This record gives sequence, C-alpha cells and structure tokens, in this order.
Amino acid sequence: MPLTEVLPMSSLATAPLIEARDVRKTYRKASVALNVLRGVDLCVYEGEMISIVGQSGSGKSTLLHLLGTLDAPDEGQILYRGQRVDNAPRSARDRLRNAELGMIFQAYHLLPELTALENVLAPAMVRHGVFAYWSRRQALRARATELLERVGLGSRMLHKPRELSGGEMQRTAIARALMNEPRLLLADEPTGNLDRSTGEGVIELLRGLNLDDGLTVVMVTHDAAIAAAADRQVTLVEGRVETTGTPDRRRQA
Amino acid sequence: MYQLVLCLRYLRTRWIALASIISVTLGVATLVVVNAVMAGFRHEMQDRIHGVLSDLVFESQSLDGAADPDAHMAKISEAAGGLIASMSPTAQVPAMLSFKNGSHHITRQIMLIGIDAKSYSEVSDVGRYLQHPNNRESLDFALRESGYDTIDHQAEDPSKAKPRTRMALAGWEHRRRVAEVARRQAERMAILREQSIGPQPATETAKNPFAAAAGEPEGQTFDAAVEQHDGLVLGMSLAAFRDAEGQDHFWVMPGDDVEITYPTAARPPKPGSSYFTVVDLYESKMSDYDSSFAFVPLVKLQKLRGMYDPLTGVGRFNSIQIRCKPGVDIDEVRERLRAAFDPRLYAVSTWRDKQGPLLAAVQMETAVLNVLLFMIIAVAGFGILAIFYMIVVEKTRDIGILKSLGASGLGVAGVFLGYGLTLGIVGAGAGVAGGLLFVRNINQIADFISWLQGQEVFPPDVYFFQRIPTIVDPWTPALVALGALMIAVLASVAPAIRAGRLHPVVALRSE
Repeated sequence: MPLTEVLPMSSLATAPLIEARDVRKTYRKASVALNVLRGVDLCVYEGEMISIVGQSGSGKSTLLHLLGTLDAPDEGQILYRGQRVDNAPRSARDRLRNAELGMIFQAYHLLPELTALENVLAPAMVRHGVFAYWSRRQALRARATELLERVGLGSRMLHKPRELSGGEMQRTAIARALMNEPRLLLADEPTGNLDRSTGEGVIELLRGLNLDDGLTVVMVTHDAAIAAAADRQVTLVEGRVETTGTPDRRRQA
Repeated sequence: MYQLVLCLRYLRTRWIALASIISVTLGVATLVVVNAVMAGFRHEMQDRIHGVLSDLVFESQSLDGAADPDAHMAKISEAAGGLIASMSPTAQVPAMLSFKNGSHHITRQIMLIGIDAKSYSEVSDVGRYLQHPNNRESLDFALRESGYDTIDHQAEDPSKAKPRTRMALAGWEHRRRVAEVARRQAERMAILREQSIGPQPATETAKNPFAAAAGEPEGQTFDAAVEQHDGLVLGMSLAAFRDAEGQDHFWVMPGDDVEITYPTAARPPKPGSSYFTVVDLYESKMSDYDSSFAFVPLVKLQKLRGMYDPLTGVGRFNSIQIRCKPGVDIDEVRERLRAAFDPRLYAVSTWRDKQGPLLAAVQMETAVLNVLLFMIIAVAGFGILAIFYMIVVEKTRDIGILKSLGASGLGVAGVFLGYGLTLGIVGAGAGVAGGLLFVRNINQIADFISWLQGQEVFPPDVYFFQRIPTIVDPWTPALVALGALMIAVLASVAPAIRAGRLHPVVALRSE
C-alpha cells in the first residue's frame, strides 16, 4: 500500500526519513585539499522521490555516499529517522545499509561470480548466517524470483552478469536493492551507462516503486530529463545546495 | 552465508589460486611419502637389529672374559626374577679372516663370535638369516651335502631377486671338487719337482709319524674331500659382493676353508691361527653385521683362545645373550641386572642401547627432513599470500559492493580467510591423497623411474631392500594436513585484513 496515502501531508513535512545537516567533506590528495561538500542541508521525506543534480565534481555522489553511510562527513550530521547515523558504530551502520537502504550504481556493481538470482539474494546472504539462511532459503528464493519477475527478468535469473545487457544488469541491481525491503533507495547515476530508452525504462521502474510501494528514492543524475521525473530536484553547485525544489510538489500518476 | 557461497564460487573460478595451492599439495604429499618411507625404514632396521641382537646383552668388560657362564646365568636368573625366557653365553674377539681368491689371499677384519648353536638360536633370530633350510630349522656346524638357497629366501618378491646360481654347487659337492682340483695340482707339482730335482724318498712321511705336527702340508694327513674343519658361519658381505645390478658374486661358499687369526687369552695376547670350514652364510641385511660377523662353536673358540680349563671343563665367556619373556619391559630387567652386578666388571645393555646411535640417526634424519619439507610448505604459504593479495586487489570492487550491501569488515575478511581455509583443505586433502597413493605404489613408481632412467633408483646393493619399506602412521598425514591448513589460513590473514579494512567508497570507485 502506498505510504503517501497512509500518511497525511503534514506528517511528511515533520518527519524526514533521512536528513543531512550542514555536512562538509574534504578530500585530501597529497597536499591539495578538495572541498567537495561545503555545508549541505537536505531533508528527504518518506515517500518522496528526489533527484540531486549538478555538474561533475559538484559533490552529488559524495553526498549520496554520506547518506548511504558508506563514508562519514568531516563535519555535520546525517540523521536517519531522527537518529544520528554518521557517528554510529560500524556494526549499526552495516545493519542500516543492509536492512533499511538499497543502493544502485551507475556501473551496476553486480558480483560477477554470481547469477542474477544469487545477486538478488546477496543482501539476504549478508543478513543471515548459514543456518538462518538455509532454514528460510525457500522463502528467500521465492522473494528474489518475484522481484526479478517484477523487474522483467523472470527468464534471465540463472544468467551471470556478463551475459546480461546494461539495462538488465541495472534491473537486477534494483531487484537486489529491494531484497531486504528497504525504506530508502539511493541511486547513483542509475542511467549513466544506458541509452536513453533503456534509461527511461529504469526510471519508470523507480518511479513505479516510489508510487506503488511508497519507496523513498534519492537519485543522483546529471541528466535534466531524468531528473525531471522526480518530485523535486535538488541542485548542487560547488558543494552547496542551490535550489531544493518544492518539497510538497507531488506528481500523482 | 555469503562467505560460504563466495568461497565456493571463487574456488571454482580462480584457477590461479588453485595453482598456488599445488605447492602445498606437493609439499604435503612429499611429507607423507618421506615419513612413510622413513618409518618403514626405521621399522625394518629395528626388526633386523633386534633379529640379530637378543633383548639384552650382559657383557664382561674384559676381552678375556669372565669365568663360568653357568654360575653367572644362575645369578642373572635370580636377579631378574622370572622375566627371562632364555640365555646363551657367547665369546667374541676381533679377529682376522683370510681366504684364497685365485692366486692371492683376501684378508678381512672380523668379529669372531663363539656361540652355543642350540641356546643361541633361542635368544636371537640367527637362524632366520642362514642360507640352508635345515640350518634355519636348527643350526649345525657340520657342512651340509647340498641344498643351499639359490634364491634369497628373505626377498619379498622372490621372482625379482637375482638368483645366486653358484650356491647350487655349495656344500660337500663344492668341497670335493675343490679338493680334487687341489689334489691334481699337487700331483702336477710333484711331477714337476721330480723332473727338476729327482725322485724323493716316498716313504719318509709314512715312516715319520710326527711329520704332520712338524709342519708338513695339511693335505697329506687331512683329506679335504671327506673331512671338514670346525664349522664357521660367515657374514654374507664377507663371502660375496653385490654388483650394481644386484647380482651376488661369491669369493667363498659353503664348503670352502678359511683361515682365522685371533689373539689368544694369554698375557700378552699372542696371535693364534686356525682353519675353519664355511658351513653357511649369514645374511641379516644389516651391512654392519654382514660384513663383520663370523660364528664358530663356542667351545672351539674357548679352546683355541685358551679360555677353557681342560681340568674342570669350565670355560670363559665374553657376554651372555638374554631373551626376555614376551611383554616384559626390557629396560626394567636391564636396571635390575645393573643393580645386581658390579658395573666396573659387567655392562648390561638392551638391543636398543647397542644400536642407539644408528636408530637415533634415522630419527634425526626424519626430523630434519620434516623441518625442511615444512619450510617448503611455508614457502608455498608465501605464494598463497601473494596470490591472495592479488585476488583482493582484483576483487576490490566486489568488496565495496559487499560493504554497500551491509557486509561488515570482519565478514568480508571472513570471505578471504574462508577461501584460504577452503584452498588449504583442497590442497592438503589432495596432498594426503596423492601421498598415500604414492606410498601405496612406491615400488611400481621406483621401477618406472628406474626404467625411465635406465638406472636403479633404490639400488639393492646399497640398501639391501628389494622393496622400499613403508609404514603409514595415520597420525602423520593428519598432522601434516593440519600444518598445511594452518599455513594456508595464516597466509590468507594479511590479505583478509586488507580486504576487511578497504574503504567502501574507495573500493566501489576502483576500476
């Protein structure tokens, strides 16, 4: 059931799912300090689909990594459902990534040794130990199969990534991201390596997940046409948020 | 769970890692083989040493020996309680053996051992090593008519042993032939002498009954064709040599006479010399013994050396060989005897003490080989380390993916530790299996290599084994496999730590 229908608009405004507060990040290479993020504030509300746009080097991917707790900010805070997560213990962040977040990348990042089905099962394998996994393997397999069918890959489940096309790989990655039923999907240039029509198919899939399942989506892209599919666009320029779009703009399908 | 799935998947897809584990496999296989052969070798040697020596040897410290073996044996029985099965007094003395080989003499240094044939067979397995089947049953110092083995009866595979065809002639038949040749030669010499210096008075020796004692040639009073000297059992390596093909060539055979020169028991010792007839050959396959032992009847040796009191009939002995009852702790018996006898006069030792240095040397060799081969496996470990580092570098992105899926650093390290363990299990398992297979077919392999090289790998003239002895102690392969496993796991620790510490963003960005 779509979350947007359950939650009143006002609650969306009061409870951001994930929030960045004055986040700063500097990369040092040799003696050169590169200020990638210079104080970013961002609130993403449950059920939203937002796109972060900006030029190369504007810090959008870094921001996404910080939101995904893959990296920690030098200054500022990341809050997930009101809880600080940037300074949480490593194990808590690992659990958050595994259970609450799904991530997809420009280069798909599937495990080359595993089949599409096994790739989709990977988050469940990470979550469960050998015995726990073994005891619920049938349910997990059923779910992975269902996810793959949903992204249109029911017939390619036993193929290795190298036997899949770019669009198929990205769809597999999306199915994998959904395996552990996350609340938030972080997408880093999900269409960057795809041609326009395939890319649009992927965006449509994400849009559908957002609208039908209420999955919150944060998508980084530099393609204005793709970005336009989101509820709102956040523009990053030189490590700062320039525009945040209209938070309550909603595109009902 | 993902650790297990990825380990197995990497195992199937990373051939280079399997290649790196081959060195572990080879090392493990070599260790298994070496230990099996060394254990077999040690067992064979112990078996042989024990076959030659009795359980315990009670020795007089003097070369002239101690008087009255019966009294000593009674005291030994009493001191050891009921633990002794049988005893046999012996006398031994270093001596010199010489025999004629064509026109010249061969002289060898020997250990002349006087034994009481009956009781000595009870304390040691001397009979086992003789060449005449009847002598193996019960040793007799009388020459046998014929019937000496032409095929080594101790050979594990008699069809492979080189036949000793000349032994078919050994015995009285050989003796009569040699005597006939000598008689004809003497006749010819007599004719030649007659021709050169005229006829001698033919009746002189017959007239003079002391001629033989005065140093006349023995042949004239001693008919070698029908008589024998006192019997002597000669070590195989003294009587024959073995060529590179494993064929034995005999200098002396049963039926031949040899001359023994020995020190008498007088003060100072004087050389004495006497003829003996070889009645059998002794082949324990311990080259130390086979190239030095010569057995003669105890009483004969005592008389020759002056160790025998003709009035009382009491002889002297150098040592008493003791066989304990089965299952008796011979070290305990040794301690009892040591306590009962003055150590300045008597030494008591077990067969192990006697061959201690030899057995210790074998033990030491095994230990050194184990250390060296384990080093090889350790070297293989560094190979694994290098390959694993490469794999971690190659898999950097996958590590980043796993971390983005919520895998912990420890969990990712576990993938590579588990991979090391899996490879170790495969490598060590294949090594143990290969090693055992090798041990099982070691003789066929040796034969094959011999055929390939045209040269014996395991020359029987060096080792006296027709086949390579092997014993597999189940603990040895188990320990070796465990050691190899540990090395494989240890080698994967550093790459695993590196993988666990990889920063997810850095890992994801790597191409």
